[in-house]
Amino acid sequence: MSAITNETILNAINAKFGDTIIVEGEPYGLLTIETGREQVIDLLGFLKGHAVLKFGFLTDITAIHYPEREKPVGVIYHLHSLQNNVRIRVKVFMADGDVHIPSATVLWDGANWMERETYDFFGVDFTGHPDLRRILNVDDMTVFPMRREYPLEDPNRVDKKDYFFGR
Amino acid sequence: MENHPVFIDNDPQSELSTLNLGPTHPATHGVFQNVLQMDGERIVSGVSTIGYIHRAFEKIAEHRPFYQITPLTDRLNYCSSPINNMGWHMTVEKLLNIQLPKRVDYLRIVVMELARIADHIVCNGVLGVDTGAFTGFLYMMEFREAIYEIYEEICGSRLTTNVGRIGGFERNFNDIFFRKVNKFLVDFPVALKEFENLFNRNRIFIDRTKGVAPVDPDVALGYSWTGPILRATGVDYDVRAMNPYSSYQDLDFEVPVGTRGDVYDRFLVRNEEMKQSMRMIDQCLKLIAKEDSTIFHADVPAYYLPPKEEVYNNMEALIYHFKIVMGEVDTPVGEVYHSVEGANGELGFYLVNDGGRSPYRLHFRRPSFINYQMYAPMSRGMLLSDAIINMSSLNIIAGELDA
Repeated sequence: MSAITNETILNAINAKFGDTIIVEGEPYGLLTIETGREQVIDLLGFLKGHAVLKFGFLTDITAIHYPEREKPVGVIYHLHSLQNNVRIRVKVFMADGDVHIPSATVLWDGANWMERETYDFFGVDFTGHPDLRRILNVDDMTVFPMRREYPLEDPNRVDKKDYFFGR
Repeated sequence: MENHPVFIDNDPQSELSTLNLGPTHPATHGVFQNVLQMDGERIVSGVSTIGYIHRAFEKIAEHRPFYQITPLTDRLNYCSSPINNMGWHMTVEKLLNIQLPKRVDYLRIVVMELARIADHIVCNGVLGVDTGAFTGFLYMMEFREAIYEIYEEICGSRLTTNVGRIGGFERNFNDIFFRKVNKFLVDFPVALKEFENLFNRNRIFIDRTKGVAPVDPDVALGYSWTGPILRATGVDYDVRAMNPYSSYQDLDFEVPVGTRGDVYDRFLVRNEEMKQSMRMIDQCLKLIAKEDSTIFHADVPAYYLPPKEEVYNNMEALIYHFKIVMGEVDTPVGEVYHSVEGANGELGFYLVNDGGRSPYRLHFRRPSFINYQMYAPMSRGMLLSDAIINMSSLNIIAGELDA
């Protein structure tokens, strides 16, 4: 239905950013690309300001943690072009101990709390953020609870272990 | 605590004072705190503190099978739980590539639009209360009760509904449901008209709301606003119209927009939305009448729990029942973002699945959380009494704010 296809979007991005972009695919029709933190703000700004694409609406910022990967922490941006009714997902993965990324608050005021939430739960340091404090958890919390190493309940509890269910 | 938002004013000549609005102030309709720096009645600056009812839903969801996450979504926007429930079911159905029968889609729309009306009744009614008009609130609350009774017919509960299952509904809708909905469609417009007569051209109400907290569409979009408050600024972004889910494309409806984005416009937009919702319910009932009345779920035995009688008497049903309950069902690996138009805006579910029994990661895009962050900046220079009705018209629901 959308006037602009994912291919058009990719061509526009590739023309500017070329090999700094990795295309992850189009799960359920939503174009997903991966980039590095060095050019993420340039890329988001490019998408926001592009005369045809017009990804002017920041839907969401969140993160994900894959402890077994080389770059475990990923920040995920969802952008929406209201004019063309098409969405794009941008991911940036970072190595452990080096989890910092430039803040998107320079592009959208609304990124402020989304980044605070991401910091609160994953410990992502958004450099240049005007007020990077915890938002939902208490201020004196020392861990980042959405990382996989923090268990939900008592790790010694065995009655919910997978091997009881033949897995 | 170094980060605690307290204004320290060392200037002895200063007349500024600090005011704690909340965390449990009755005028804020929820548990959140604003520390305001006041110059007399005027707000100089403010800091919002949220998280008082944070329940770690995203973490809990990583440990639960899909069907057990529905009760968590109830507790996001608890004024319109069915929309959250349906949004979650649809996210999983999108992941599993389940196509629903049309009748289920229409039944879902009926339930979701009733929920939207219930939510808007509370918001607009309470806005009246905050401006000093209690009567309208009481007229309208009667109909929220009527909607809750309709919920009771389909799922047994009233507030945290847990209605529907992945693949459809848990049981077929009975005749009392349709009778009650039809009665609602007859009675509610009368009350809504009466409500509008009380408010829309009421001098006191207009003085309190018109021109209060006007928002520019560009600013609203920059803050990622969605929902009625964005439409009040004049941007016609509605997920139901733009990315129709659950067969909204079959219905004829309009997206009401405002012009100035002030409290009065938000009030009018919500009233109009209630009328559009009734229009949609009316159309859906007509469409449902044309469908096979025995269908209330999709034919997906691997994901939809079989009826209990069959579990006891039918081998296959027993196997499916066991596999679903124990989380043995294979799910595709992938990531999906699905959004529905919640009563407050775009309610999104970002689900990353690794094929296990529970999501690898689930993130809720909660409209209240994103809408609320502009509250403190936009309150600067506002009178305290205006800030209160501004908060009221943003319809911030603490459960959705904190997740």
